[in-house]
Amino acid sequence: MKTLRNVKIGETATVLKLHGTGAVKRRIMDMGVTKGADIYVRKVAPLGDPVEVTVRGYELSIRKSDADMIEVS
Amino acid sequence: MSIKIALAGNPNSGKTTLFNDLTGSSQHVGNWPGVTVEKKEGRLKGHNDVIIQDLPGIYSLSPYTLEEVVSRQYLVNEKPDAIIDIVDGTNIERNLYLTTQLLELGIPTVIAVNMIDVVRKSGDVINIRKLGEALGCEVVETSALKGTGSREAAERAIALAKKPVMANISVPSVFNGSVEHAIAHIEESIEGKVDARYLRWYAIKLFERDEKVIEELKLDIVLMEHLEEHIVACEKELDDDAESIITNQRYAYIAKLVQTAVKKKHTGQKLSLSDRIDRVVTNRILALPIFALVMFCVYYISISTVGAIVTDWTNDTLFGEMIVGNLNGWFESVNVAPWLSGLIVNGIIAGVGAVIGFVPQMLILFLMLSILEDVGYMARVAFIMDRIFRRFGLSGKSFIPMLISSGCGVPGVMACRTIENERDRRMTIMTTTFIPCGAKMPIIAMFAGALFGGSGLVATSAYFIGVASVIISGVILKKTRAFAGEAAPFVMELPAYHVPSAKNVFHSTWERGWSFIRRAGTIILASSVILWFLQGFGFVDGAFQMVEDNNNSILAAIGNVIAPIFTPVGFGNWKATVATFTGLIAKENVVGTFGVLYGLSEVAEDGAEIWSNLAADYTPLTAYSFMLFNLLCAPCFAAIGAIKREMNNAKWTWAAIGYLCGYAYVIAFIVYQLGKLFAGGGFGVGTVFAIAAVISLVYLLLRKNRYGEYGEYLPERKVTANA
Repeated sequence: MKTLRNVKIGETATVLKLHGTGAVKRRIMDMGVTKGADIYVRKVAPLGDPVEVTVRGYELSIRKSDADMIEVS
Repeated sequence: MSIKIALAGNPNSGKTTLFNDLTGSSQHVGNWPGVTVEKKEGRLKGHNDVIIQDLPGIYSLSPYTLEEVVSRQYLVNEKPDAIIDIVDGTNIERNLYLTTQLLELGIPTVIAVNMIDVVRKSGDVINIRKLGEALGCEVVETSALKGTGSREAAERAIALAKKPVMANISVPSVFNGSVEHAIAHIEESIEGKVDARYLRWYAIKLFERDEKVIEELKLDIVLMEHLEEHIVACEKELDDDAESIITNQRYAYIAKLVQTAVKKKHTGQKLSLSDRIDRVVTNRILALPIFALVMFCVYYISISTVGAIVTDWTNDTLFGEMIVGNLNGWFESVNVAPWLSGLIVNGIIAGVGAVIGFVPQMLILFLMLSILEDVGYMARVAFIMDRIFRRFGLSGKSFIPMLISSGCGVPGVMACRTIENERDRRMTIMTTTFIPCGAKMPIIAMFAGALFGGSGLVATSAYFIGVASVIISGVILKKTRAFAGEAAPFVMELPAYHVPSAKNVFHSTWERGWSFIRRAGTIILASSVILWFLQGFGFVDGAFQMVEDNNNSILAAIGNVIAPIFTPVGFGNWKATVATFTGLIAKENVVGTFGVLYGLSEVAEDGAEIWSNLAADYTPLTAYSFMLFNLLCAPCFAAIGAIKREMNNAKWTWAAIGYLCGYAYVIAFIVYQLGKLFAGGGFGVGTVFAIAAVISLVYLLLRKNRYGEYGEYLPERKVTANA
C-alpha cells in the first residue's frame, strides 16, 4: 500500500483512502485531505519531520506518522 | 433588545482583524467557562445594541477539539441572531468546508469573502453572486486589512437578524443519493425532539455518530438502533464510515461549486511569494541559523538596546530623580511623618517602581513577538521544532511559549493559547516558567558574582537546567493519568506570509502589556506595602514600634518560623526565606530584598554591593541550591496571574504552582544533599533521602507508559514501550 509517507518531495499524489480512526483522521479530512484530492509534497522540515504538502491551494504541515494513514495512488 | 452576531471562520482568515475593525476598543476578553479557550466579544462600533461574539478560529464543527465544541455549544445554545462567516478568498475550498456546516444550523448567515485584495492581485475571480445563489445566503467582499467591506458585512448581518425567524432557511443540497435519503429519514425521526431550526444539523451529526450530540439528545435505544440501520446501510453502499462519507461529500460539493463560481488564473504549482520566502526560511540548512538570528535580534533589540535604554531612563530618571527626588523634597517641606514618607518612597514606589521599570522592555518584546506572529513566522517555528517536542509527547507549538518565556513568563504563558490540545496546553502552561526569564537574570548575576567569581557557567547551567526541567516534566507528566493519551495530531496550516497589520500588532501588544501593568498595580502594590510594613516594624522589649535592625522585625519573626523548611535544601535562615517569598512578587525583588535586609537601601542590578555579605553567609553549594530553588519554583505573581487566567480553573492553577514548588524543592534538595556528600560532608539522613529522590525521579522517567492512546489504563500484558 502506497501512502503519503512514500511520496517523494516534488511529486504529486491523489488520495485513495484514509485509514485510522478518531480525531486524527477527522482532523486530516477536515483540512481537505479527502478521497480524490491531489497532494503535492513540497518539502521536509530541517530535522526530518514533519513534511509540508500543498492541498487544495494551501500549505499544510503533517507528521510522517500521520501521513502514513493516507493511502495514495 | 440587543442583537447577537457571531463571528466564525478558519484560523488565519483575517477574523481577528475584522473583529478589531468592527468593535474597536470596546472589546471584552475572557475565557469560555471552565476551559482554556479565549472568549472575545465586543459592541459593534456605532450601534449600542449589537454585540459581536468572536468565536475561536475553527476548521470544522467536529466534536473533537475544545474550540470546536465551545463554538458549537454557543451556536446551538446561545442562538445568535446572525452569523458572519469569514472565508479566506485565497484559500476558498477549505474555508467553505466550515461554511457548509454553519449553514446547516439554520441561522441567518452572511459570508464575508476576505482578503479580496490579494485575490484580485493574483488574477483570480470569485463570482460572489453565483456563490451566494448556490449557498442560499448573502456574500460580501471584504478586505479587513484594507478596511473595506466589514461595515457592509455587519449591516447585512443586522438586517438579516431583524427579519422574523424563518423555519425553513434554504440550505444548499450538499449531500446526494442515499446519504441525503438517510439524513431526511433521521430528520423525520427526531422531529419535535429538537429545535426546528437546528433539525438538519442534528440529523447530520447523528448520521456521523457525533458522540457529543448523542450524549446531548439521549434518544431511546430503539430509535438509535433504527437510525443505526440506515447509517450502516449507507456505509456498506459507499464502502466508507459515516464521518468520512459526510466529509467527502462536502468537499466534493465544494469542488464543484468552486469550479463554477471561481476562475483561477494559474493552475498547477505556482510558487507564490510565501513559498519563495519559505524556500529560504524553512530550508534544510538555513532554517535553524535563520531562526537563531531572528531570536537574537528580537532579544537584542528589546532587552539589550532599546529596552535597556528606556528601562534605565524609567528607573533612574523618571523614578529616581523626578518622582522620588521631588517627592522627598516635598515631604520635607510639608513635614510629613517619617513613617508615611518611608511607606510611600521605600515601600510603594520602590516596590512598584522596580516592576514598572521593566514595562518598556516588556512592551518592546511583546511588540517584536506580535510582529513575528502576525507575519506568520511562528507557524514556521513550530514546523521546524516539532520533531524535538514530539519525543516528549508535545508538539512544535509548545516551543513558542517557552521561547517567549525566556524574556518574560507572562506573555509566554499567554502564548499557550495557540496550542489546540487541552492536555498539551495545560502541560505547557505548567512547565513554561522553568525557563529563566529576564527577571531571574539579576539573581543569577548576583550569586555568580558573589560566590562564583562572575563565572558565565552559572547562567549557562541555569538555562540548561531550565530546559532539562521542561523535558523531564514532560516525560514524567505524560505518564500520569491527567496527561496521558496519544500525542495530539500535529496537522497544522502554514499560512501565507503577509505584511503585519499595525492595528493587530498594537492591539495584541497592548493587551499583553496592560495585563502585566494591571497585575503590577494591584498585587505587587499591595505586597510591597505589606512587605515594607512587616520588615520595618516589630517588637522591641515588648513594645510595638518601627525598628532599626530588621532582625527584630515581624518579618524576621515570620521568616524564622518558616525558615526551617528550607534547612534540608541548605538555606534555612530567615533572610533567604523572606527573599524567596518576596521573589513571588517579582523575581528581581530577591536581589532588592537581600539589599534591604543586609542594610543597603539601594543595590545595583547584580547586587554587587552585597557580594561580601553574601559570601559570608553562603557557600557556593548553598548559594547554588538557593538560586536553583528560586529559578524553578513558582513564578512571580504576574506570571501566576497569567497561569490562573489561562488555566481558567482553580484546581489546575494550584496544581501548577504546587508542581513547580515541589519540583524546585526536590531538585534543590538533591543538589544540596548530594553536593554536601561529594564535598566531604559525610553520609546522613538527608543523603539517604536525596538518593531515594534521585531513584524515584529516574523511575518516573523511565517507567513504561501505562496509558494507551485514549488515556485509558492498560493492564500489564498490553503495555508497550512508549516514550
